[in-house]
Amino acid sequence: MATTTASPPKGGFGYRHPRARLAALLAAPMAWLVVVYLGSLAALFLTAFWTVDGFTGALVRTFTLENFVDVFTTPAYLQTMLRTLGIAISVTLLCLLIGVPVAFFMARVARPRWQPLLVALILTPLWASYLVKVYAWRAMLSPEQGVLAWFLAPLGLDSPGFGELSIIVTLTYLWLPYMILPVYAGFTRVPNSMLDASADLGAKGWRTFRSVIVPIIFPTMVAGSIFTFSLSLGDYITAQIVGGKVIMLGNVVQQNYVTNLPFAAAFATIPVIIVLLYLAAVRRTGALDNL
Amino acid sequence: MLAPFSGVLRTVSERGHVSTAIRLTNLRKEFGDVVAVDSVDLDVADGEFLTLLGPSGSGKTTVLRMIAGFEQPTSGTIELAGVDVTQVPPYSRDVNTVFQDYALFPHMDVLSNVEYGLKVKKVSKAERRQRAEEALAAVRLEDYGARKPSQLSGGQRQRVALARALVNRPRVLLLDEPLGALDLKLREQMQVELKELQRAVGITFVFVTHDQEEALTMSDRIAVFDAGRIAQIGTPVEIYEHPKTPFVAGFVGVSNLLEAGVAASLLGREGLWSVRPEKIRVLLGTASPEGSERAAAGVIREVVYVGMSTRFIVDLDAGATLIAVQQNSHATSSELGAMRGQRVTLMWNTEHEIPVG
Repeated sequence: MATTTASPPKGGFGYRHPRARLAALLAAPMAWLVVVYLGSLAALFLTAFWTVDGFTGALVRTFTLENFVDVFTTPAYLQTMLRTLGIAISVTLLCLLIGVPVAFFMARVARPRWQPLLVALILTPLWASYLVKVYAWRAMLSPEQGVLAWFLAPLGLDSPGFGELSIIVTLTYLWLPYMILPVYAGFTRVPNSMLDASADLGAKGWRTFRSVIVPIIFPTMVAGSIFTFSLSLGDYITAQIVGGKVIMLGNVVQQNYVTNLPFAAAFATIPVIIVLLYLAAVRRTGALDNL
Repeated sequence: MLAPFSGVLRTVSERGHVSTAIRLTNLRKEFGDVVAVDSVDLDVADGEFLTLLGPSGSGKTTVLRMIAGFEQPTSGTIELAGVDVTQVPPYSRDVNTVFQDYALFPHMDVLSNVEYGLKVKKVSKAERRQRAEEALAAVRLEDYGARKPSQLSGGQRQRVALARALVNRPRVLLLDEPLGALDLKLREQMQVELKELQRAVGITFVFVTHDQEEALTMSDRIAVFDAGRIAQIGTPVEIYEHPKTPFVAGFVGVSNLLEAGVAASLLGREGLWSVRPEKIRVLLGTASPEGSERAAAGVIREVVYVGMSTRFIVDLDAGATLIAVQQNSHATSSELGAMRGQRVTLMWNTEHEIPVG
């Protein structure tokens, strides 16, 4: 029998150095997050406290709250801010109103073999270009010649035309899949026994929906609303195409970023803060604990 | 543990005595082409602990779900306390269910879970609170009302599910393999507690399990299910000592079947026979029977040590294989191991020979 002096078998470098393995895994995403995302956000915040020389248009890199004072004291800006907030809330509520029943149907009513097809149908519009969809809505909503006007003409009605309502309709269409998909996933995770138990304890369908299903899927509704709300808050192209004279927060940023970058930055900070406040409010409900 | 549940005791007696809690008549359930339940007739007496026992897919859970109202029978009728409820939805039936996965509402704390049924029925807040606390006390969870189900152990969740059902004071409590997810020790403890609770509250229990030992320990009567039908119904002693079919003999306990040919040569009897393993004595070498005893010679094929007892698998010269179980009162494991391959004589009293068809 031969005696062996070889060292005991060892795993590879990564096996022996778990921290190095973790670093290798996260190097690229961390670089992206820190440099691109946090970097640009920091630049945004920093710029918001600078100003421009009114005469030369050159950037003045001294700390000032002037931009924020402007934002909150100019009635037109305040109005735009509130309007944008109103649009984002309306879009979110409409998405809930339309999306939750659709998700419920997909997860609980439709036959299981149809479910993948329905999910694919919900996803399909996401593959089409954003601009194509918004221009399609422009054609739909166009007063007097639009598809909607054509349909409503026999009733003596006209399309709402280009304005706030059209923005809400178009954004609801655009972001609806982002509401349906998480809520659908939530519905599929509610075990049947939970519904049986509620019926067993005396609750009829509506009571079960209200007291058992909705609270259980509430976190997914919140998840969906984070998408619809923040996407609506930041949008400006839809307003340009179907908004007529109505402008949103993003339009103000777009109009100013060439001539007055610090003011645009200050204005762009507003939706970031609103979304942070929204997340904080949602966190208090405990909805994020189960995500 | 019984005192706090006096409220439930009272209502049951107030209701007066109704002899039949549940009557199933010619019950049948098809799922597509599959017949899950076929011609089931069953009467459950008020206050009885009845177990539906069978392997998975035998239809026992489907019967339970039809009694609860979660499934509609294809044909046949379901009566609760003499009233036909076949077409009545679950929320209007005077039964409550303890689910296999407990089905506790994850977003409610324990007290709200227990109060849910009363809240739905618009019981006043004060009474609701009091009854829920009573029910939690009855399952020894009085201090857990503020917890979420996710903060409880499996055994505690099981008890909450029990309290949530019992707080409604149903005429019948349905239990769908409620102990299946618990570990052995806890399961044995809960078996005793459930039985005590059932005696205390006097509610009819219909209990579904695939565990024959559980069924034998807890039940007043057992209905053994085989392929959608009731193969036999009777007390635990009847089911164990006098199985009527080879399936029942095999599913409840160890079967030890003596096929027709072997039975004829060994017992001198017609048909299929069975002898329970604990009734058989294992004697080394040859021995002759006395009185009403029967002897059968064979060779030990395998010796299985199971702690408290030892299981001998013996190939009989007559052709069958019998299992005999002996208590390990004296023998040591090494002595037992040495018995493999030895010639033995198996002895049993002829009164323990059971005809199974």
